[in-house]
Amino acid sequence: MSEQLIKVTIDNITLEVPAGTTILNAARMVGGEVAPPAMCYYSKLEGSGGKCRTCLVEVSKGSEKDPRPMPKLVASCRTTVMEGMEVKNITSEKVIDARNGVVEMLLINHPLDCPVCDQAGECDLQDLSYGHGKAGTRYEFPRRTFDRHDLGPYIQLHMTRCILCYRCVYVADQLTGKREHGVLDRGDHSQIATYIERSLENDFIGNVIDVCPVGALTDRTFRFKNRVWFLKPMNAHRDCPKCSGRVTLWNRGEEVYRVTARKDQWGEIENDENGKTGWICNECRFEKKQTSDWVIEGPRDISRQSVISQNHYLKVEEPQNVLPEVMGGRNPKLLMDIHDVSDVNKPEIHLSEIQGPATSQTFEDNSNINPQ
Amino acid sequence: MQALTNRAKVVDRKPMTFIERLYLWNILKGMFITFSHIFKKRPTINYPEKKRPFSPVFRGLHVLNRDEEGRERCTACGLCALACPAEAITMEAAERKIGEEHLYREEKYAARYEVNMLRCIFCGLCEEACPKDAVYLSETPAPPNFTRESFIYKKEDLLIPDPTKEPEAFKKAKGLS
Repeated sequence: MSEQLIKVTIDNITLEVPAGTTILNAARMVGGEVAPPAMCYYSKLEGSGGKCRTCLVEVSKGSEKDPRPMPKLVASCRTTVMEGMEVKNITSEKVIDARNGVVEMLLINHPLDCPVCDQAGECDLQDLSYGHGKAGTRYEFPRRTFDRHDLGPYIQLHMTRCILCYRCVYVADQLTGKREHGVLDRGDHSQIATYIERSLENDFIGNVIDVCPVGALTDRTFRFKNRVWFLKPMNAHRDCPKCSGRVTLWNRGEEVYRVTARKDQWGEIENDENGKTGWICNECRFEKKQTSDWVIEGPRDISRQSVISQNHYLKVEEPQNVLPEVMGGRNPKLLMDIHDVSDVNKPEIHLSEIQGPATSQTFEDNSNINPQ
Repeated sequence: MQALTNRAKVVDRKPMTFIERLYLWNILKGMFITFSHIFKKRPTINYPEKKRPFSPVFRGLHVLNRDEEGRERCTACGLCALACPAEAITMEAAERKIGEEHLYREEKYAARYEVNMLRCIFCGLCEEACPKDAVYLSETPAPPNFTRESFIYKKEDLLIPDPTKEPEAFKKAKGLS
């Protein structure tokens, strides 16, 4: 059955996919604009999808046998393709309109504190709302707020930013091997809560940070340390007994500010060489913050559209320094070393090594920061 | 060669006559231009007694703004540094502790914020990028100095005076008084 290929047309592009493929995955095979955005669906997590409704598509022809269109827009992550099915994604007015509505809905309770949020720059919701959102809001009531919550020493939960995609719940469920439900209460009050905190002991729970499409679950060891677009993502690996050890390091100079799993073009964790999902363990993620812990493979390829690749000059050839030659072997006199004057980015201070975010105390008393 | 246009003039290489060699007429013509400037408007002013008005879109030194309660607006989001084409802005962020709510507007703030005025080209992209209305370019041109060190402006140099503590200085900085 799985070898049987069926024909499906998405945005006037016909392709053959194995039976049982969802429309979303078929569209991802085409790639580019045709692939609907997905906030809750995560191909590496069983049972994910069907919650956020951003991947809605119009099915203008059900199948070869039953060519009637589907009466309503369908969630492409949960609908499998049929022989001869015709799907409209970006070619359909209705879909664009519905998606704008969904984004407005997702943003109703979102605090829009992107300038503060550590996820800014790599946030799916941020990209989505730039693509589909409105400048203003029609919501007149106070937004739902929660206090921020520390889930153990490593993970910070900002429930106000959560869009209830359930991805972290599936991670806790499927990686920790225990049956854990992370979402408590209903409707407006639903929140990710204590159950997930209970499974925090697990070595792989740090992966909830990577799967979170918004800034609800963020790395406490990276909290407010730097912005992602000032960091250089590098592919690196180490021999880890627990996980694949294949990660992306987020460096600034020699400092490792953050370690994440490698993410593919859909924002999902890449498979390792054995075809298994490259989840990484907490030790790799939170405790190996030295460049010497890792074998660097090279700079990570980041989409040119991403803000992360902004101001990153790749393949730069430095011009030959002719000054010493012209000046008889002497180097030109440095008139000012910026580090003598500037308090920012002191070379002897390693912000990446302090636990948790910097506070006013950190900057008053430099003994808190490990001198090296 | 045949001329391509009719604008070419054949150079007259005839020797000058006696009258022409006296240059009287040409000197008179030249002096007329010189003296006619006496009656024209002077293009200079007596700086520094008199100063020219700045253009309303003039961009000078940076100012870090505060809100009406005197709290710093900057959250160290880094967008100004990202937008800066000269890479003049650097910052380090910190988390606001409990009890510091009267100092900083948001959960996160810039513990250190520096503008290197040697690098700055006063393009104003930082104030356009700022999502928090925190950074503005004032009407004060960068003052000259003898040392390079004095061109590194730190947060203390950039912050506007606190409107609750120093209302007079704040008004002056805003250009209201």
